[in-house]
Amino acid sequence: MAEFLMPKLGTDMQEGILVEWLKKPGDAVHRGDLIAEVETDKGTIQVECFTSGVLEQILVPEGSTVPVGTVLAIIKEEGAPPEAIRQPVVAAPAAGQTAAAKPLEAPPLAPTVKPSTVGQRALMSPAARKRARELGVDPESIHGTGRGGAISLEDVEKAAAAKAAVSTAPPATTTASVSEPAARMARIRQAIAAAMSRSKREIPHYYLSTSIDMHSALSWLAEKNAALPVPDRILYATLLIKAVALALRETPELNALWDGQQGVIAKDIHIGVAVSLRQGGLIAPAIHHVDRLSLEELMVKLRDLVQRTRTGALRASEMTDPTFTVTNLGEQGVESVYGIINPPQVAIVGFGSIVQRPWIVDGQIVPRPIITATLAADHRVSDGHRGGLFLRALDRWLQEPAKL
Amino acid sequence: MNRDELKDIILSALIGVAPEADPATLRDNVPLRDQLDLDSMDFLNFIIAIHKRLGLEIAETDYPHFATLSSAISFLESKLSKS
Repeated sequence: MAEFLMPKLGTDMQEGILVEWLKKPGDAVHRGDLIAEVETDKGTIQVECFTSGVLEQILVPEGSTVPVGTVLAIIKEEGAPPEAIRQPVVAAPAAGQTAAAKPLEAPPLAPTVKPSTVGQRALMSPAARKRARELGVDPESIHGTGRGGAISLEDVEKAAAAKAAVSTAPPATTTASVSEPAARMARIRQAIAAAMSRSKREIPHYYLSTSIDMHSALSWLAEKNAALPVPDRILYATLLIKAVALALRETPELNALWDGQQGVIAKDIHIGVAVSLRQGGLIAPAIHHVDRLSLEELMVKLRDLVQRTRTGALRASEMTDPTFTVTNLGEQGVESVYGIINPPQVAIVGFGSIVQRPWIVDGQIVPRPIITATLAADHRVSDGHRGGLFLRALDRWLQEPAKL
Repeated sequence: MNRDELKDIILSALIGVAPEADPATLRDNVPLRDQLDLDSMDFLNFIIAIHKRLGLEIAETDYPHFATLSSAISFLESKLSKS
């Protein structure tokens, strides 16, 4: 048996609304299938199944608002032995109201859920982690009282008890109000405010900037695009994102997540791409394994991601796991962008617009298309020297576009 | 295909990428990028929509012709008359 939990889809996400089940009890589900739609402050997100098996029981009805970590459904995993009949995790919901938590002997306490200050990887002992799993509590939603914010066994028990106090809004009013664009905007602004305030409060940013000659990259791309039909053409942003991923391979300290005490180098390179929404606000969902994608594959993914971000159809994994962010404000004509790190990430690179500048090449002054790349990085995790190596590697990759 | 028909095709492609655009208020000779908040992805999707609707190949070097509504109409008119 596996528990399907309300995922944490952003650093400061506390709760989500289960908008729609995309599978029903008895349906076979496979790892990666979209199984539910969840409304968060970043819009409607499609949540993938993390395992394969049969959706056995749905515990949270559509329209309910529940905290991160709440068990939403039970999945009987493939090859799992038949289990003894399990206690229903939640009583059958009364119309419009449900208590989405396990029966617990302890009386419900006031919720101890706090904005996590430790980033995505909670500090906790294996025993506490195991207990959290048993109780269906998301470690990230637990406030740790131990040393350095570490989560103790007792914290887990308390958080589980607090979950019993979960209340839900009546479905009809909830889903009606969240679909209003103005309400969505207000929530997106709130999410940005929370993440950015936290970043500026906690992260000692340092900034480095460099000018990169885009002549080789743009000439190479123009030639490549000339041979391609319109729908297959590649935007130069694709080259920037790929070059960033390859440069990160060389400076892995910048492709890391802050765990509350230190930066933990991420094993994959998932680039968050800041996408502005037409009505204002922005979201930076991830493109996965960018360093392993061809430019063509990356372009297809970028187009798809921008479209889905703007129509509000992102997937949970895209929201949760970017390891580094790229922001490209060149479209608005600004020359440089000093980004704010999106925690728990530890760095962000901003690109300005490409401008024609006099440039010295082989002793001659020639006009060249120049872009300014600005790195903002967390000084707790890396130093300017590393940051400088990253920008140098980025420049080098952009001078050899055929290798991207 | 006359200029009005071409204009309708261009406007529907624009609304595809900028749903809030109001065709009634778009001015013919003012750059589209100044009137609508289009980024390069929007612009590419706009060109793709026109390409699909008219079956025309539009080279990257011809993108500047799509700066305004009237320049885009003229470009497509001449391109179609040659094909």
